[in-house]
Amino acid sequence: MRPFQYSRAPSLAEASNLTADENALAIAGGTNLLDLMKLQVETPDQLADINRLGFADIEDTDEGGLRLGSLATNTETAVHPRVRADYPVLSRAILAGATQQLRNKATNGGNLCQRTRCFYFTNIDQPCNKREPGSGCGAIDGIAKLHAILGTSEQCIATYPGDMAVALSALGAEVQISGDKGERSVPVRDFHLLPGDTPWIENVLEPGEIITGIVLPAPVGSTQIYRKVRERSSYAFALVSVAAIIELTDGKFSRADFAFGGLAHKPWFDPRFGEALIGQPPSEALFDKAADVLLEDARGYGENDFKIPLTRRTLRAVLAQATEDAA
Amino acid sequence: MTVHFKQDEPDNSNRLDGMKQGVIGKPLPRIEGLAKVTGTAPYAAEYPIENCAEGVLVTSTITRGEVTSIDRTSVLSMPGVIAVVDDEKLCTRAAQGTANEAPMQGPAQVCYWGQPIALVIAETFEQARDAAKHLKVEYREDAGAPIDPGAVEPEEQEDETVHQGDLSHAMAEAAHSVDVTYTTKGHASAAMEPHAAIAQWDGDKLTVHASLQMLNYNITELADALDMEEENMRLISRFVGGGFGSKLGISEEVVAAALAAKQIGRPVRVVQSRQQVFQTVMRRSETTQRLRLAADENGKLTGFGHEALVSNLPGETFAEPVLQSSHFMYGGENRELMLNVARIHRMTAGSVRAPGEAVGMPALEGAMDVLAEKAGIDPVELRLRNIPEQDPEEDLPFSSHKLAECLTQGAKAFGWDKGPRKPRQRREGEWWIGTGMANAARVHNIAEAKARVTLKADGTALVETDMTDIGTGTYTILAQIAAEMLGLGPEQVLVELGDTRYPRGPGSGGSWGAASIGSAVYIACKAIREELAARLGTSEEELELRESKTAGGEALTDLLGGKDLAREGHYEPGDIEDDYTASGFGAFFAEVRVNHYTGETRVDRMLGAFGFGRVLNAKTARSQCIGGITWSIGVALTEALEFDPRDGHLVNCDLAEYHVPVHRDVPDLQVLLVEERDGAASPIQAKGIGELGMCGGAAAIANAIYNACGARLFDYPMTPDRVLAAIPD
Ligand SMILES: Cc1cc2nc3c(=O)[nH]c(=O)nc-3n(C[C@H](O)[C@H](O)[C@H](O)COP(=O)(O)OP(=O)(O)OC[C@H]3O[C@@H](n4cnc5c(N)ncnc54)[C@H](O)[C@@H]3O)c2cc1C
Ligand code: SF4
Repeated sequence: MRPFQYSRAPSLAEASNLTADENALAIAGGTNLLDLMKLQVETPDQLADINRLGFADIEDTDEGGLRLGSLATNTETAVHPRVRADYPVLSRAILAGATQQLRNKATNGGNLCQRTRCFYFTNIDQPCNKREPGSGCGAIDGIAKLHAILGTSEQCIATYPGDMAVALSALGAEVQISGDKGERSVPVRDFHLLPGDTPWIENVLEPGEIITGIVLPAPVGSTQIYRKVRERSSYAFALVSVAAIIELTDGKFSRADFAFGGLAHKPWFDPRFGEALIGQPPSEALFDKAADVLLEDARGYGENDFKIPLTRRTLRAVLAQATEDAA
Repeated sequence: MTVHFKQDEPDNSNRLDGMKQGVIGKPLPRIEGLAKVTGTAPYAAEYPIENCAEGVLVTSTITRGEVTSIDRTSVLSMPGVIAVVDDEKLCTRAAQGTANEAPMQGPAQVCYWGQPIALVIAETFEQARDAAKHLKVEYREDAGAPIDPGAVEPEEQEDETVHQGDLSHAMAEAAHSVDVTYTTKGHASAAMEPHAAIAQWDGDKLTVHASLQMLNYNITELADALDMEEENMRLISRFVGGGFGSKLGISEEVVAAALAAKQIGRPVRVVQSRQQVFQTVMRRSETTQRLRLAADENGKLTGFGHEALVSNLPGETFAEPVLQSSHFMYGGENRELMLNVARIHRMTAGSVRAPGEAVGMPALEGAMDVLAEKAGIDPVELRLRNIPEQDPEEDLPFSSHKLAECLTQGAKAFGWDKGPRKPRQRREGEWWIGTGMANAARVHNIAEAKARVTLKADGTALVETDMTDIGTGTYTILAQIAAEMLGLGPEQVLVELGDTRYPRGPGSGGSWGAASIGSAVYIACKAIREELAARLGTSEEELELRESKTAGGEALTDLLGGKDLAREGHYEPGDIEDDYTASGFGAFFAEVRVNHYTGETRVDRMLGAFGFGRVLNAKTARSQCIGGITWSIGVALTEALEFDPRDGHLVNCDLAEYHVPVHRDVPDLQVLLVEERDGAASPIQAKGIGELGMCGGAAAIANAIYNACGARLFDYPMTPDRVLAAIPD
């Protein structure tokens, strides 16, 4: 571990100040950051501990939604009565991630910013454009089973590994951000970025910006499903995951908000997928057609080719579950 | 006084059964269990040692070549850094189990990516770790090192080769035949406690606390590596947080700590990081296995072929012994067995959890399931029909053979349905449900062992040996054996292990620990009994001891008359090793569900029925079996080492990405201990247990996957992507 300065940020303004420098990072639960620091994948000079800033509350919004503090833990969020009642997809997504011990420590803000699990990213003696711009991508032609099939670039094919954000994307949640230029709010769907030519830029946060909360819109009374396909039944990242918020009116889809994990550098939300379903009665053929749209530009890199058929089949499973749940 | 017993004949006296204390076999909890779960049992790196410096290994970033220079100045000015060690005595690999000599040394020659090449010492672990990452190393790289086992001309392991009769002819003539090829991926031991050592010098005397399985061999290995006398060395491994083969031989940190401590004149601790443990210690080789089975119309085997390809580094003698049980599992007069080794530049391959059968049996028992289907015979029945009368290659009797009992009792307890077996018969929602079974076999190993037992003047007993307890229950079973023999409560027996100052045991490995060291303790106790009997003017056979008294009511303390009575037991397996084929046998039954859509497989229930001689402690024996079955779930479904196809480095080198089964993957496991007494296995009629539980279980799961969803897979582990590729629509 490289030596670094540690300070506890006494205020939001000070937290912004402390993290304004390019080599500074905020630390919340530390469950991702500390691991990466030990491996020298992350080498901040300055750590700003934001745990005393507040932002740990979960509270109702005037619009009938829910505001999740960025420092509320994953566990607190998943078990919150309103999350469980009104946003079960979120509760399930969080509980499908990591382990109880990790979730007790992990915060909502940190979860959004967790970094990829690409094996070449976490090994500093291997090439990786994300960690060391210009060094090449070890995963292309390497071990890439976990890697992306959508929105990849020549530079990077990594995935965003998290579960919570996939549910947030389906729910249409917003990320509240505070920095020296003031406050702003960004839809979760726009928060993470594709790798393009700058795979080291993973989200829209500017230096000095801190996530203060996540706002969920008023609940939609509907079927909510989180489906995570993984190699063991717990404590494994998603091969593919699907968050689905579905409403059927007169036997036809009146709402179909789907987001996907494990497919891309961000939780994948493609409005065309929902559009293909709206107004139609559920059927395997319909889901297959919508999947065609979703996977039109999908590209496998050998080891992860299976994700294309797996996504299709997982969608059928979601459909089966949705029809079961509705019945 | 040492009592030496070389066993040339089976011992069917079953003396332990005639003792009166009644603690042998009882399900006692582990003596050291509480200390372990409350964190008070010190592991190797946890001994508080004053003025101890911290060392971190530096590893190579090329696959093959030479270290041409190490620039010490690049780190010596960093905070806390004390020294850089690149002594040519540094080890670059771990020693193979029972090697009894130093592993490969000379860190300047690089043979695999991630190989240790130097050690950085600093005041704190963090400083050393940082400096290790910053050490500037230059290499001359030898490009093009082969890393793909399929791409090189392999070497035949001639001592494994069997050509008997004419297998091709038998295959052509067979009523039913199977010719299939299985693959298995590499495995890691994945012990919880990382490899660690603290070395301390006192003049020319060296003491090392380390995490090791076989001190008896390890001390020789270390002495050889350092070029010094064993008398000047002491190794201590009181508690070992799992070994699973990875700590059979000394590994790099042990020698590095010793050299570093000498160089700086201070104690040095070296703990391997999780990634280093994965990348530098031992992998189980991946395997490719062709199985050929020829059977007559009744399913009786007439031909048997098992050919395997494994890999290892140049210079290693170890080859994953895939065929170990295949030599005697089934008959078939026409036989072809062959083991080939590909020399490649991936990290060292060595013993990992039941080397050989852990991957050989899953392939063999998968093929047997294919045969059962082809022949239209129930898989249990097919196994029953093919139990050989004696070793089919060696013309030797089996020391004992409980397979038939395991099959029938296991089938009954599991509720095995003997009806016709067709895949895809049961579906619950998204899930296909099916059952499968497989045989278990694991050769019985036994070794020379010494232990000292002292019956103290105060009526308690002390057992001393350098044997280790790697979490299996050795402390407890030795206390039980001594207690039974001497008529004491187990709590009156103090067991001291893991210190080379004590008589040399066999170490823990190959499941030979309990039978070997248990026999040494038994022999020592018997000698003590002889002395006590003599004092009473009776014979040892007549002597009855219970609750610290003789049958006549005389207290042991009176008999001892204020003096300790000590005997060293020395057990040596003699002709019994050559006169019998000895193995543990068993049967696995599994019920699994396979998700029709996602290909995810979950084990719903699993049962193992095992016969492995005397059960010394029903609880620790069962725990060993549960652990073994859990590993077989890993082999079947999740565990796979992944190597980079270009430089051969191990990519998934932590417990998040190398998937051992988690609690949720492991259902309630049922274990049937099919008790037996195997006098040809050891004088206490016990055989090895631990590994048997994982030797074949993966096939029960694979066969259940087929029965559930119709996907016949030949590649382990059967991850969702592979199941999906094979599942019929
Ligand atoms: C073994 C393992 C398995 C896991 N499995 C899963 C899984 O299956 N699914 C899943 O979703 N996750 C999984 N995780 C990831 C886990 O959810 C994250 O590590 C955790 O959510 C991160 O939260 P944290 O508070 O600990 O973040 P930290 O480690 O403290 O921070 C992570 C990053 O976020 C930044 N950050 C933190 N808070 C803020 C803020 N408020 N504003 C701006 N930036 C901030 C930090 O600077 C840092 O870059 C796993 C983790 C581990 C170690
Ligand atoms: S996929 Fe991205 S993170 Fe992985 S090696 Fe390539 S550039 Fe690095």
